[in-house]
Amino acid sequence: MSQTESPKTLDAGKDVEQAQWLKMYEQMLTIRHFEEHVNQLYMTARMPGLAHLYSGEEAIAVGVCSALRRDDYITSTHRGHGHCLAKGAAVDRMFAELLGKEAGYCKGKGGSMHIADQDTGNLGANAIVGGGAGIATGAAMSIKMRGSDQVAVCFFGDGALGQGVLYEVMNMAALWKFPIVYVCENNLYNEYTHYTETTAGNLSERATAFGVPCETVDGQDIRAVYDAAQRLVARARRGEGPAFMLCDTYRYYGHHVGDIQRAYYRSKEEEEHWKAQRDPIKLLANWLVEQGIADDETFERIEQKVRAEVEAGEQFALNAPFPNPDEVEQDVYA
Amino acid sequence: MLSSSAVDQNTNAGVREVTLGQAIREALAEEMRRDPRVFIMGEDVAEAGTAFKVLSGLVEEFGTSRVIDTPISEAGITGLGVGGAMTGMRPIVDIMFGDFIGLAMDQIVNQAAKVHYMSGGKLKVPLVVRTTMGATRRTAAQHSQSLQAWVSHVPGLKVVLPSTPYDAKGLLKTAIRDDNPVIFFEDKMMYQLKGLVPDADYTIPFGVADIKRPGLDVTIVATSSMVQIALAAAELLEKLNISVEIVDPRTTFPLDKDTLIASAKKTSRAIVMDEGYERYGVTAELAAVIAEGAFYYLDAPVKRLGAMDVPVPFSPVLEDLTVPTAASVVEVAKTLCGRV
Repeated sequence: MSQTESPKTLDAGKDVEQAQWLKMYEQMLTIRHFEEHVNQLYMTARMPGLAHLYSGEEAIAVGVCSALRRDDYITSTHRGHGHCLAKGAAVDRMFAELLGKEAGYCKGKGGSMHIADQDTGNLGANAIVGGGAGIATGAAMSIKMRGSDQVAVCFFGDGALGQGVLYEVMNMAALWKFPIVYVCENNLYNEYTHYTETTAGNLSERATAFGVPCETVDGQDIRAVYDAAQRLVARARRGEGPAFMLCDTYRYYGHHVGDIQRAYYRSKEEEEHWKAQRDPIKLLANWLVEQGIADDETFERIEQKVRAEVEAGEQFALNAPFPNPDEVEQDVYA
Repeated sequence: MLSSSAVDQNTNAGVREVTLGQAIREALAEEMRRDPRVFIMGEDVAEAGTAFKVLSGLVEEFGTSRVIDTPISEAGITGLGVGGAMTGMRPIVDIMFGDFIGLAMDQIVNQAAKVHYMSGGKLKVPLVVRTTMGATRRTAAQHSQSLQAWVSHVPGLKVVLPSTPYDAKGLLKTAIRDDNPVIFFEDKMMYQLKGLVPDADYTIPFGVADIKRPGLDVTIVATSSMVQIALAAAELLEKLNISVEIVDPRTTFPLDKDTLIASAKKTSRAIVMDEGYERYGVTAELAAVIAEGAFYYLDAPVKRLGAMDVPVPFSPVLEDLTVPTAASVVEVAKTLCGRV
């Protein structure tokens, strides 16, 4: 499947310090705990609206964002908490945004589906499926016009493969060699419908038709994701043009937090298989043990740290004030 | 290149006569010289200079890196404009026919218009979308609409409708310097309209209406193409001793409500004209503003004149029936003034 110029001959972990793998483990675990708390906030009616949880897909956000610099850009999706956290957002302000509080990343005006943080290069989660495609590609165009060596990454799901604008901008990115990596997280379901019911043909050929190299990656294996992301991001940074990563993954929760009766579109057995056999956090943990990088004590220490951070962040947000009513008309125009 | 075809017939120093198309081109060229972040992208904008030749010569001065021919992908190029604007550039996206904004509507309405607010004021979208409007070019239903009401409806957007070369140049410069997404509508039939523009750099602030003709008996609020129709009607009405005041809002958002209301209070009669469909259109909003603001001063209900609520037909005999004319304005004004 790989059509990039550099074959996968390197050991994925070769250039990575042990500390960096542990950091990635911690980031994945942070996203997992964050999402579990979000689900609880919803289930206990303490969060307005709803949320689309990223649990199960953590290796992609963390693996890709670990290959990026802070000043590189990302666009995210309605299922975007993982991308935002992996790019450097703080847990407390994330919770605050989800709860509609003034201290949130968007002063409570965006909510779960619209977290943007220019300080970490996050151009925003987007509640229109495929909505980040134009913005990310425009950012890549801007990078090239400004003579910068930044890179843009556009995250989207299998559902966005149904949106025409994605193909319009990929065509231009290829035509003009923009520094962008399109990262498709194929979690198998367009909302409540299996992607094979909505998507004809070969997924990777959607990219290669434009001359955009596509790598299909096991999205549960962060080492594979990180390896591919490093190569494709470096390629883009060298000015060699866009690339496409097709990541096979799985969404543990429903389409959103309220989607709890899922038997009509997928089986419990399927869910259990992914959680038991293909969990990205467990897979990395197993490898860390095999490599002698971590042991039970290491994992316990990280777990305690993450739990404390997430619980403190949640408490901060619960206690934080709502926006002042006069905020409602602020920020409509710059 | 810039003003090579401009006719400098004027005796006043520092003022030249140019066409509206030239005024647009001058504004773009001057802003591109002033600010290296400004660039143009669209279908056939470079060597072809657009289907209307409005951009002719720009690519020779600024090159294909700043005057960029794109695929026929209105959603895609508008999306690129949004992302470019959010990350340090000041893109101008050319949508050849206003009818085609339908293809770009998600980028304009759900992305460009909302990014600043949704991000809590952190991200900005200094984007200009230039497009066209106007019927009577015999180009039928998909190349003739005036869809400014669609974008005027959406918070986060600013909408410009110039009616003279002077206004077009000054307003386009303001649009390019604005930190918000601006939709700039040019009437295709007015590209050859001539008028005076100063040699010196100038801008026209948004949200300031212009009195195109002072008068006493009836106010006509008119946008873009309808300003010329209103001016022609005013000449005819003057012969009937009906004095017309013509107010051009120039921007539908921000809207200079005060000037509209003040004029209606003065004349006590108001006609509102816009080439968009009359139904739920710009005229409806302007009429409501006047009705609310000048109700106790009005001698008659505010009268709207927009495009007929039909898809624009091809046959000239039919098409000409769909837009207001000087003659139809005269009839309405006479009725309002009790002169029938």
